[in-house]
Amino acid sequence: MVNFIIDGKKISAAKGTMVLEAARANGIDIPTLCAHEAVSRSGACRLCVVEAKKGKRAKIVTSCLYPVEEGIIIETKNERVLNVRRLVLQLLLARCPESDVIRDLAAQLGVAPQPRFAADKDKSKCILCRSCVRVCEEIVGVSAIGFSCRGADKAVSTPFNEDSAVCIGCGACAFICPTGHIEMETTEETRKIWGRTFKMKACDVCGRYFAPEDQLKYISKKTGVPLKELAVCTNCR
Amino acid sequence: MKKISTLDDLKKTGDKGLKSLFPSSVKIVVGMATSGIASGAGEVYEALIAEIKKRKLPYVLTKTGSMGMDFIEPLVDVIEKNKPRLSYGKMTADKVPQLIDQIVKGTIDKIKPIYRVDEEDIIAKREKKQYLKGAVPEYLREIPAMYDIPFYEKQVKIATRNCGIIDPENIEEYIARGGYLAAQKALTSLSPAAIVDDVIKSGLKGRGGGGFPTGVKWQSCVAAKGDIKYVICNGDEGDPGAYMDRSVMEGDPHSVIEGMIIGAYAIGAQEGYIYVRNEYPLAVANLTKAISDARSCGLLGKNIFGTNFNFDIKIGKGAGAFVCGESTALMASLEGKAGEPRAKYVHTVEHGLWDRPTNLNNVETWANVPVILARSGKWFSEIGVPHSTGTKVFSLVGKINNIGLVEVPMGIPLKDIIYDIGGGIPGGKKFKAVQTGGPSGGCIPAKMIDLSVDFDALWEAGSMMGSGGMIVMDEKTCMVDLARYFIEFLAAESCGKCTPCREGVRRMNDILHDICDGRGKVGDVEMLESMAKGIADGSLCALGGSAPNPVLSTIKYFREEYDAHINHKHCPAGVCRALIRYEIAAKKCTGCGVCAKKCPSECISGEKKKAHKINQKKCIKCGICMESCKFNAITVE
Repeated sequence: MVNFIIDGKKISAAKGTMVLEAARANGIDIPTLCAHEAVSRSGACRLCVVEAKKGKRAKIVTSCLYPVEEGIIIETKNERVLNVRRLVLQLLLARCPESDVIRDLAAQLGVAPQPRFAADKDKSKCILCRSCVRVCEEIVGVSAIGFSCRGADKAVSTPFNEDSAVCIGCGACAFICPTGHIEMETTEETRKIWGRTFKMKACDVCGRYFAPEDQLKYISKKTGVPLKELAVCTNCR
Repeated sequence: MKKISTLDDLKKTGDKGLKSLFPSSVKIVVGMATSGIASGAGEVYEALIAEIKKRKLPYVLTKTGSMGMDFIEPLVDVIEKNKPRLSYGKMTADKVPQLIDQIVKGTIDKIKPIYRVDEEDIIAKREKKQYLKGAVPEYLREIPAMYDIPFYEKQVKIATRNCGIIDPENIEEYIARGGYLAAQKALTSLSPAAIVDDVIKSGLKGRGGGGFPTGVKWQSCVAAKGDIKYVICNGDEGDPGAYMDRSVMEGDPHSVIEGMIIGAYAIGAQEGYIYVRNEYPLAVANLTKAISDARSCGLLGKNIFGTNFNFDIKIGKGAGAFVCGESTALMASLEGKAGEPRAKYVHTVEHGLWDRPTNLNNVETWANVPVILARSGKWFSEIGVPHSTGTKVFSLVGKINNIGLVEVPMGIPLKDIIYDIGGGIPGGKKFKAVQTGGPSGGCIPAKMIDLSVDFDALWEAGSMMGSGGMIVMDEKTCMVDLARYFIEFLAAESCGKCTPCREGVRRMNDILHDICDGRGKVGDVEMLESMAKGIADGSLCALGGSAPNPVLSTIKYFREEYDAHINHKHCPAGVCRALIRYEIAAKKCTGCGVCAKKCPSECISGEKKKAHKINQKKCIKCGICMESCKFNAITVE
């Protein structure tokens, strides 16, 4: 076990625990946007920053990626930390003025929009948290989406913004998106996502449309389970 | 190529190299680094081939890397038996016949050499080798010796010891100047621990910007667990105006390779990578040739110098992203992934390339290593100042007379670089500031001209050593515009992974553009300062972490310029177009009409031989009129 201090509270946690988990397990709240339990972490949003003091040196670290250390003193809400968090939220408010998730989080943390930042009109609700790209790569295993361009132009897209040949229409990206940026339109027989329209499969038993055919084919190929056995929805299995 | 596996083999190969470095016939050497080629060295080289052929002369013609004096390129050296090596500047194809005439006749009446070199200081071998036998010939006495001219007087060449002297494509010449002797000594008689120890003792710090002690980094990599380890050379030099690493890779690629062999042996790596940007085609070509030659000689590959040590190097080409100079982004790029940095809470010496222990150093750092091993860490540590030992290579550019590649001992006063080596500011203008450390660095104002150029002093001044770009600015440089330029560069080069850098730097850029365009608001400076703190603290990597530096240092030293832009909508340096106007002084104007002819927007009018006027509504503030006026009648306000 490793012993350390967060916001004046003595805490011990197993070696390898991240500061974020150690804090949350002890009732200390640290806001996050890009840390999702289903995928690996990138430290992209920078909302979870805290100050870590070791000896005389105090540095700002990302709590979702920083493993606890013996004797370290963590501050999660001092002015230096709040200055970064405030800036991050003001920047995201300006980038995604339509996002209610960002607006609510900012209000919760008492951060008002910065009038000096002109609101973007072209970014919609994407905060580039990377969860969609990671879930597609790490959980689904198809990497249908990735990043294009860099800097302010960086965006999540299919390669060259063309229809993805490998997308299975599973919608995991839309599900994991914290701001509801990724649009997925599902009707009875079809599902539209990333510019492609997928045909939905009707359950052999109850007739309810339950999953894209491409997704079932992919699962069958990956698991070896015959496609026939996947033709029944989870309710009827 | 003949295999080299013993000290004797090295000596024999070196002897061949000495014959071409100190030839018995006339040898002409053309500086063919990128800077030389850009100034027309290629045409000079072609003209020399043609002239030598035409006159059926038994002269030898070779190429070399950067000689340093970029302000008088193309540079051509002439070596004749028993005579000093003579260096000629500003050569053109037209001057070639005259030069050949001079060599044939033994005169210097038409084209004067800039300096002469009587003997070479072969630093890696701790010896001097004479060109000149006997006294300096009468006709050459008026030519100053190389180290007597102000440009070279205070320079000490370690990392660039061979640049501009050897043919970078000739491994024999590298060996002749003590090359691979240190590697031979290290592999055959030193333990890895002893090497790490000596590098620690040398005090060498990373020359790529961070300034982390090299030996300590090596030690951590030695201690890291893993059978497979890597060494990497970071040649992804990307600071605007910086070309130190390019010059070393182009002019002396074997020095990098030898450094890497020693480093790999010390940390236990068998594979190395040189990551070089593809925009450096000559560096890529010369490194490729050097690696291939070293491999044919057995200096790379299996059982180097007859030992059990195996090591080889591959080249990884970068596609020109500035962020790929950051070590973790560089490694991601080498792995074939997008060049994005990751949090470095787990160090790359433990988990680097392909998650294996990796030791990354910059080009100049590697180039220093062979000399440290050859001459001892103690010797190196006595050059420079405590905590900043050895030398530093700078590319001296901007508003300075002597633009070029210079290598100086650490701790040299800034004024020596600006006024002695650099020859001061052109056009009698005042020195205003110098930007060091590239876009991540900061500016040092004229009042700090006595500053010691070392890691600590530069850091305390609000700048940094960085990789060695040194951009000099005169009184006609607007410091707000300068900050805007660097922030715009960084906003474009941000990889976009983390919020503060991606979003914050572009917002700073917007505000700086507003200030330069006359839309600045009271409170903008405080806003920039507060953002700078948040971005520096909150960014994922050093690019974002240091991005605000140009803004902070210009605010620190030139706050009054920001205030003039914001409060009085006035650009004191007369640079920001939205805030300036050009005027013709009626008393000085002769009515020659040159400005009116040159004006691209046709906004200058007036009768012949009478004072002209500028139509301010149509003026695009390009400044061409002011440049074209011979009577200084046009001013900018």
